[in-house]
Amino acid sequence: MLLIRCPWCGDRDEVEFTYGGQAHLAYPADPEAMSDAEWADFLFMRDNPKGEWAERWMHAAGCRRWFNAVRDTATHRMISTYRMGERPPS
Amino acid sequence: MFDGREIRGFAGDTVASALLADGEPGGFVSPMSRRPRGVYSSGVEEPNAFVEVTAPWFEPIRPATMVNLVDGLTVQSRAGVGILPTTAVAPRPARHQHRHVETLVIGGGASGRAAATITGGRVLIVDEQPVVMDPPPNAATLTSTTATGIYDDGYVLCYQRDGGTDVFHHVRAARVVLATGAHERPLAFVDNDRPGVMLASAARTYLERFGVLAGERIVVFSTNHSGHDAAGALAAAGAQVVVVDPATRTGPATERLRAAGIEVRLNARVVATDGDPALTGVTVSAADGQRTAIPADVLAVSGGWNPAIQLARGLGIGLRYDEQKTCFVHDGSGPEWLTVVGRAAGNVPASFPLWVVDEGDDHEKYVELQRDQTVADVAEAVAGGLTNAEHVKRATYIGTTIDQGRTSGVLTAEIVNRLLGWAPGAQGPTNARPPYTPVPFSALAGPDSGPILLDPIRVTPMDAWHDAHGAVYENVGQWKRPRYFPRGDEDMGAAVARETRALRTGVGVLDASTLGKIDVRGPDAGVFLDRMYTNRMSNLRVGSIRYGFMLGLDGMVFDDGVAMRLADDHYVCTTTTGGAAAVMDRFEEWLQTEWTDLRVYCTSVTEQWSVVAVGGPRAREVVAAAGADADLRHDAFPFMTLRDGTVAGVPARICRISFTGELSYELHVSPWHAQHVWDSVMAAGEPFGITPYGTEAMHVLRAEKGYVIVGQETDGTQTPEDLGMAWLVNTGKGDFVGKRSLVRSDMLREDRKQLVGIMTDDPARVLMEGTQLIADATIPDPPAHMLGWVTSSYRSEALGRSIALAVVEAGRGHIGNEIHAVAGNETVPCRVADPVFYDPEGTRRDG
Repeated sequence: MLLIRCPWCGDRDEVEFTYGGQAHLAYPADPEAMSDAEWADFLFMRDNPKGEWAERWMHAAGCRRWFNAVRDTATHRMISTYRMGERPPS
Repeated sequence: MFDGREIRGFAGDTVASALLADGEPGGFVSPMSRRPRGVYSSGVEEPNAFVEVTAPWFEPIRPATMVNLVDGLTVQSRAGVGILPTTAVAPRPARHQHRHVETLVIGGGASGRAAATITGGRVLIVDEQPVVMDPPPNAATLTSTTATGIYDDGYVLCYQRDGGTDVFHHVRAARVVLATGAHERPLAFVDNDRPGVMLASAARTYLERFGVLAGERIVVFSTNHSGHDAAGALAAAGAQVVVVDPATRTGPATERLRAAGIEVRLNARVVATDGDPALTGVTVSAADGQRTAIPADVLAVSGGWNPAIQLARGLGIGLRYDEQKTCFVHDGSGPEWLTVVGRAAGNVPASFPLWVVDEGDDHEKYVELQRDQTVADVAEAVAGGLTNAEHVKRATYIGTTIDQGRTSGVLTAEIVNRLLGWAPGAQGPTNARPPYTPVPFSALAGPDSGPILLDPIRVTPMDAWHDAHGAVYENVGQWKRPRYFPRGDEDMGAAVARETRALRTGVGVLDASTLGKIDVRGPDAGVFLDRMYTNRMSNLRVGSIRYGFMLGLDGMVFDDGVAMRLADDHYVCTTTTGGAAAVMDRFEEWLQTEWTDLRVYCTSVTEQWSVVAVGGPRAREVVAAAGADADLRHDAFPFMTLRDGTVAGVPARICRISFTGELSYELHVSPWHAQHVWDSVMAAGEPFGITPYGTEAMHVLRAEKGYVIVGQETDGTQTPEDLGMAWLVNTGKGDFVGKRSLVRSDMLREDRKQLVGIMTDDPARVLMEGTQLIADATIPDPPAHMLGWVTSSYRSEALGRSIALAVVEAGRGHIGNEIHAVAGNETVPCRVADPVFYDPEGTRRDG
């Protein structure tokens, strides 16, 4: 049961959130110009690192805002959270 | 009562202490070999003495050392596994409690209390025993409370037993202190499992905590000073005590005993026991091999101590082997919010390195009392090629026990190490996982048991009316919706036949309140909906309604519904009942993560509007008679438009939408007035034979018209084109969710499954939904090629025969052709048909 720091509501239990997968995947500017392979890559392929990575969460049982987080996939430690549209804190 | 025998005790006694006080050394048997056994420990590490509790509560199995006496307690001895009762038994009542503290101290012994005293903020001490001595004044204390697992970020689950009631605590702590002490280790020698053989610390605990002297002639076989100290306490209480010590030299503990006149034999080992079956004597061998027999009724054993750090092992802590103490201690690693103190941190006595006494037959030296596994069993596993303690555990079942290997784990690992020629400590006990001790499911469920389990039950304002009028319900997500309204002794088929006939020939009324509804407002509302739906919504006229599909990014149909335009910047969108939350989530996700520049906000209004859907050739008359103030004539009120006005004196939004193909008006009203409007419609409809209908009739009526239900005809792999509804896709309007995927090469395959109708040759035969469809009348050998499957199937009153919808490879090109449905070992001959079975020209829509 992670303790997740919602940027608006503060530290809340993991069960209040839904998970949104990899962060910083912008919707392509021109999908029509992409080949099927490129489009499939955007639709289905995701990174799977061992270690720190950026992901999205939504505070479903609270403020219902989306935000980003950096988590270590090996230790399961939540390292930081930051607002949608921002870059990870260095 | 223990096995039918009355036993008396004191408040604070356990079943184990009461049995020992009663002079009963045994009373139990081992699960496999049925060997007589007795109480071995004074805590959760108990491997022998288990009882089933039958009064005043029921519990299949629990260690007798952890069942406290209450008046009327009735227990039976149990070996191995608990037996569930054959008749229903109420579980122990349980509730949940959430707690937030700065410091949680697990273990209320000396080091735990010390840790609690020196810290600030909110401090909570939990201890599995019923009493914590002298709790510090700054701390709250929970007794009879076992921490069952430590999880991320200091989340600790604690199971409290308060007599016959359970409390399951969810504790979030900024810091966790593990002060859980240590478990004494036994030694393996021939016949080391007789009733009367027990851990030395247990013999001392029974004396000092419970006031029970377990025996009169006690031999203490001890590798460390705690066993020696226990011997001194037992002797001081009046027992005749002899200490057997494998050490070759004397030490302070031995000196103390000898000074008190207690015999200590150095360089000696216990090599066998005698009994009938309870212990009567012990055979001791000296350094020179000479054996002597010592009469004894208790043999107290101490082979060293294992720090009890099981709770921390799931947090990625490391262990290191301490040679002096012959045990594994925490190496200091792990999360920074976790601290281990006291004996749990390795503050245990140094121990002479002995685990197995060599003399005698290994088949008679017990390692795992709860599985009747011996040193020979471990050797057999190693001889079979297993070298890892985890593998030996699975092969022998050692450690797969109620005490989770507390008395067997390290012992087994050391036997394996030795057999392989490895040094002591080369590998340690198997990994530990929560729960620390068994937890009943009733405690985990807490208040979530009974008719409302984990989900709320949602009903509409007309629910009481439906129930009073005999509705048979079905679950649609969390909602209870009437499925049909049987009259007399009608079954579902008869009721649905009557309800559908009434709707198509007269007038019917459906409670459609559960449909999802989302209010979308802002200057960019139209632009937003253009991107979410396949069709264009931004050019919808105010007062008009348009049906549309929402796709996933993968181009597959995700949900459907209508958008109603109430003003330039104001729409209300409907969704399927089950999809309401998912569509709302999706709207928000796009607005918050991608289109942050759009000026639009969405509000879920599913429960803010109740919907009374009146349909059939007489619908116009009924809605008018119910007091609708709008001009309902077709010219004045076209299909797919809406009017704001009143019905039966209350505000209503009247929408001409039809899911049945008949003339139909949906009355959207406030839930506060919904029952009143329903009553008014029923009263107005009475002269026309108005018939309430349920979801089953609704399904049949729409299927007759070939209308899809998302989630029934679709399973996430159908595109609008597959469903024959490409006309809903406006490719000229700019990008929308799913647009790019619609032109993937796989989406343009000719053999994609398409929506069609299926008519069985035998009109009375109703296919099962999910039925597979194949080309031939004979079922080929596997793998058989499946052309498609039946998605919906009913008996149609309007057609007087069965109908079905299906998705079939290149189906539209096969309309009119033969196809076969697989039903068990036979096939049912059918024909592919147009999916619109009834009124294909749509003549009935305007009444």
